[in-house]
Amino acid sequence: MVTTFVFVLTAAVMLVAALVAVLKNNLVHAAMGLVVTLFGTAVLFVLLEAYFLAVAQVVIYVGAIAILIVFSIMLTRRVGADWGQQTNATWPFALLVAGLLTVLLGLMVRGWAAVTAQPASQAVPADMTARLGAALVDPNGYVVPFEVASVLLLAALIGAVYVAWGGRKAEKDAQG
Amino acid sequence: MIPLSWYLIVAALLFGIGVYGVLARKNAVAILIGLELMFNAVLVNVLAFWRYLQPTGTAGLVFAVIIFAVAAAEVAVGLALFIAVYRRFGSSDVDDINLLKW
Repeated sequence: MVTTFVFVLTAAVMLVAALVAVLKNNLVHAAMGLVVTLFGTAVLFVLLEAYFLAVAQVVIYVGAIAILIVFSIMLTRRVGADWGQQTNATWPFALLVAGLLTVLLGLMVRGWAAVTAQPASQAVPADMTARLGAALVDPNGYVVPFEVASVLLLAALIGAVYVAWGGRKAEKDAQG
Repeated sequence: MIPLSWYLIVAALLFGIGVYGVLARKNAVAILIGLELMFNAVLVNVLAFWRYLQPTGTAGLVFAVIIFAVAAAEVAVGLALFIAVYRRFGSSDVDDINLLKW
């Protein structure tokens, strides 16, 4: 009963915040909407008993990605510039496509017997986080995707620094 | 327990809102915000399926961890690109980035 209440409340807050994130002309407000949505996702993860991922969600998404987004909004703006209209000329088509996609996804979920049938509820093992850690470095488990992901992160790190730095000329321009 | 379909419907709505953000927004960072909403919808779906269909296995959690890493890499590279683009064009609106013409 409490779980249902928390779920409905979280889902409502999340969806309103997501609408703020895509509709607000002021992009700093939009980023705040995104932060609230990300927190809502963390709450849903707790309801799903994925505790490690709920914490990771807060640390990685709310702590790092949201801050990066706020930074880049503020770095790519002139001081005091008007926000103006933030949608492009084809936004009605975007609304049509997004609405159609959502309706079709909803119909799919509704018509799918496996989803509405209540599966025999199994409990999550208490040592799930330890199992996840072991599976990530297990040669018979997921060590290859894990290592590929770490190489991807390293490549992204170096690439991001290289692209954003822009060489000595940009550095001189920035100093005036 | 909350039915699985509730999670899926919330995720579908979140994904739809994200799609609208990606398609309708003019500013590149706002497009990235839409992308993050879509990533989160997928994460909710992955973990809901893990919890309801295979809670004793680790496959769903590992998928979610890899999605986290890919999302972080995508945001880092994307924002670096936007800063480089802003330096070159003086704007981060995708309408203004028109090097390719036809």
